[in-house]
Amino acid sequence: MTLAQKILARKAGKSRVEPGEFLLLDVDVALANDITAPLAIQKFKEYGGEKVHDPDRIVLVPDHFVPNKDIESAMQVKLLREFAEEQGIKHFYEVGRMGIEHVLLPEEGLVKSGDLVVGADSHTCTYGALGAFATGVGSTDIAGVYLTGRVWLRVPESIKVQLVGSFKDFVTAKDVILKLISILGVDGANYRALEFFGPALREISMDGRFTISNMAIEAGGKAGLFPVDEVTMAYEKERNIEVETLSVDEDTVYWKEVHLDLSQLEPQVAYPFLPSNTKDVTEAEREGIKVDQVVIGSCTNGRIEDLRLAAQVLKGRKVAPHVRCIVIPGSQNVVKRALKEGLVDIFLESECVFSTPTCGPCLGGHMGVLAEGEVAVSTTNRNFVGRMGHPKSKVFLASPAVAAASAVRGYIADPRRL
Amino acid sequence: MKIRGKVFVFGNNVNTDEIIPARYLNTADPTELARYCMEDARPGFGRGTDIKGSIIVAGENFGCGSSREHAPVAIKAAGISCVMAKSFARIFFRNAINIGLPIVELTEADTFEEGDIAEVDLETGKVRNITKSTEYNAKPYPAFLRKIVEAGGWLEYCVKSLQSLS
Repeated sequence: MTLAQKILARKAGKSRVEPGEFLLLDVDVALANDITAPLAIQKFKEYGGEKVHDPDRIVLVPDHFVPNKDIESAMQVKLLREFAEEQGIKHFYEVGRMGIEHVLLPEEGLVKSGDLVVGADSHTCTYGALGAFATGVGSTDIAGVYLTGRVWLRVPESIKVQLVGSFKDFVTAKDVILKLISILGVDGANYRALEFFGPALREISMDGRFTISNMAIEAGGKAGLFPVDEVTMAYEKERNIEVETLSVDEDTVYWKEVHLDLSQLEPQVAYPFLPSNTKDVTEAEREGIKVDQVVIGSCTNGRIEDLRLAAQVLKGRKVAPHVRCIVIPGSQNVVKRALKEGLVDIFLESECVFSTPTCGPCLGGHMGVLAEGEVAVSTTNRNFVGRMGHPKSKVFLASPAVAAASAVRGYIADPRRL
Repeated sequence: MKIRGKVFVFGNNVNTDEIIPARYLNTADPTELARYCMEDARPGFGRGTDIKGSIIVAGENFGCGSSREHAPVAIKAAGISCVMAKSFARIFFRNAINIGLPIVELTEADTFEEGDIAEVDLETGKVRNITKSTEYNAKPYPAFLRKIVEAGGWLEYCVKSLQSLS
């Protein structure tokens, strides 16, 4: 069986499940945020909900528009806060203790290998990095978990991604997933799980794995799963979580297989308006694309290693005069570590701004919305029409290294040639 | 149940940011969301006077991107009677099934043109283009999903099964 089959079979209490099979499963963690939880709470009440099935399995993270950007957003977060109080939900994360949900949950040890996690946020697939079956669902699904503790799922077919070779300098996990999305296309993994294997896993850290799993959805993927190995176990051990290894048998048959050699990989840039429109940075650099704003952060690239990499590029350099460079740490914990390691000083000396954790500009919410005709290089995950603001603005997706280099140069730039 | 309506045609990979841009997500009120339905794919669409009862027809991967259920909610609240596409992105598909927005996966969706009159029989899966006098068979739902659709949505199904347990 594939990793997806193995985890789901265990959750279903069966020795085997097959792709295409529909299952009703008990959920370990049900996540929602300030945009999606209000709709879930409203539905829960509308369908006669009084007490939630299990408050300890519910996580509420206001992160998209916090600190509240306007009265309406404040009202939405208030609804979450009151619901958490009323239902005795202890995993409600307020400003000052919060983080971007997909950075926060693994950090806090709220999700772990083997769990079934559903989240009313498409990037819930991030936790596949830990060997959890984690997938994005809608608010009604979350209301269903509040009512019954369960969710319906179709067992997906899986695509095996075999990773070999070693990274060249300034090539990152972000480049792996951008390249893979360009190979598969934005719906190449629709309804399927992506599963990552190969000798190269040894050199992909947990932060890197989160980045890769996070963007499985940009190829349409239902999940982005890694086996449980020493890297996972070390991460879990820091959180006092004991886990069993998770791997597949040699003869497992996959729906499709993709092979990627990291030693051949260049830093990638995804052009508007799809994450699959990638070019090597060397080519993008030649095109002389002028940049107005750079965003470094998000559930994709807001972890400490991402900030370290950006700081490495920015150290001793200044952001180009016509560029606004916004650095957004993924969680309160990332803020603390960045301060302690002196990264914040580097950002400020380079004339970046350093924000509180928020999804903010990634979805054109606040803290860096683009005007008509503006161009951004961003470490986020989507570059759709109007994603970061005006429908006539443009977003280019890249790694923290390429984003930082582009901030310095003022044009899309290769960090290796700065 | 048969649905008949005027067709509005959209392309491939229509994402949920185009269906309901995040700048309108500071509310979960369906009437408010409906006003901005399809706003960044076709500005003003949700405030059009001729969309009630009409059918959205699109290409591959309709509803990709964010999991926001506000997208199918906005479409449903705008009075769109059905969405027909060559294929749907997974989360949009489950959200539509869950909230009872009729959706039809049809390989020949691209043969429809703006303004055509379409007729969809949700029970049999027969789809007719009245304007062009053509007829197609849509992909049927798997048995499990049919039960949810028949119940009227996922929460209706949940409430029913909770009642039968107690």
